[in-house]
Amino acid sequence: MCLAIPIRVEALLPDQMARVTLGGVSKVVSIALVEDVRVGDYVLLHVGYALTRLDPDEAERTLALMREAAVPGLPTMKEAAA
Amino acid sequence: MKYIDEYRDGGLARSIAATIAREAVSGRHYKFMEFCGGHTHAISRYGIEDLLPSNVEMVHGPGCPVCVLPVGRIDDAIRLAMRPEVTLCTYADLMRVPASSGASLLKAKAAGADIRMIYSSMDAVLIAEAEPARQVVFFAIGFETTTPSTALSIGLARRKQLTNFSVFCNHVLTPPAIRAILDTANLPEVERVLVDGFVGPAHVSTVIGTSPYVGLAAEFEKPVVVAGFEPLDVVQAILMLVRQVNEGRSDVENQYIRAVTAEGNLIAQREIAEIFELRETFEWRGLGELPASALRLRETYAQFDAEQRFDVVPVPAADNPACECGDVLRGLKKPADCKLFGTVCSPETPMGSCMVSPEGACAAHWTYGRFRDRAKASAVRAMA
Repeated sequence: MCLAIPIRVEALLPDQMARVTLGGVSKVVSIALVEDVRVGDYVLLHVGYALTRLDPDEAERTLALMREAAVPGLPTMKEAAA
Repeated sequence: MKYIDEYRDGGLARSIAATIAREAVSGRHYKFMEFCGGHTHAISRYGIEDLLPSNVEMVHGPGCPVCVLPVGRIDDAIRLAMRPEVTLCTYADLMRVPASSGASLLKAKAAGADIRMIYSSMDAVLIAEAEPARQVVFFAIGFETTTPSTALSIGLARRKQLTNFSVFCNHVLTPPAIRAILDTANLPEVERVLVDGFVGPAHVSTVIGTSPYVGLAAEFEKPVVVAGFEPLDVVQAILMLVRQVNEGRSDVENQYIRAVTAEGNLIAQREIAEIFELRETFEWRGLGELPASALRLRETYAQFDAEQRFDVVPVPAADNPACECGDVLRGLKKPADCKLFGTVCSPETPMGSCMVSPEGACAAHWTYGRFRDRAKASAVRAMA
């Protein structure tokens, strides 16, 4: 029920709406809940409404913390596949 | 997909889990509740339990709005939908939820009721605008994640001056449910769920922020780590909880920093406050009547309140007496402890709502977890 997906804003439309695409499906959604949305931003989309903007710096910091928490020596998926 | 794939790296998950195993003190049991159905789903789907050491246990919480909606409210919605002038618009999650006497919205639709599945509450407003002869009722459910969208739709209906749109409001609040789980002082011992901490809500917290949990964590001395719904988010949150327990802390920490702030989404909070007010009390499946735990429309928006427009009078309704959803929702029992699980109750023919929603503990265990039970059982047989 609380499912929300990260989605890229492709175009801004009148009335606080925006066009987004995911996996070839294009949709018009509301961005009324998020301030100053720009084309190229990623937002969390829930039942047709953007809930928040995803912060690229914090996303990178999270991944860095995860790598830091990992036990050294165990390969990640990418390294195992390489 | 960006912001999804990088948080599903199985190797990194195993590696963080190895850190959990190293830091979890042997001889000590850690029991954490993941509040949200979204976390339950991730834990089952990605086999996170298999990665954890045996002394770190996860129990499922009540954070699935479909699961905690009492049967009587589904009965009310069916009665609304059976009125000839009404078009009931609902999220698909609710269509198969069992109501009293074997009824469901899906069966009511088959019997001729005008029930339509929609993607967004906005669609219900557009249907009302396009079909002025119909009384369009939106069956609103959900935690704080979903409430802002309902609020904006009511605002849109008002701007469009629609007189044929109303909302059957079942929006509920997360913090009172967490309190109900923790506040066990007055309960008999067998009914107490003793957890060492919470994996806190993901998308609910994008709206309300992390600050509403601070008082709860301090009062009950339980750590809360707000976490995203991807598997690496959950594994990292569990590590953060283990560390808090080891250090004797009960803080609110935020793992989901890419989406959640301390104060949350202020625009969404303002929209909710404009349209909704607290109900004195609301019944939750599994948790019973909880004071100040749900919302209704303010008097100034009464014209959009389906309960007032159609004079909805609640009729008490009981769950299937053999269904253990109540205890499962409170973390007292696991899905497989219910004798209906996998016998008469399956996602195709659900007896209780926990088997309906993909986020329900029973549906998650049916789809993914039961295979682990089977593997364990055959391993035990092989040892004997």
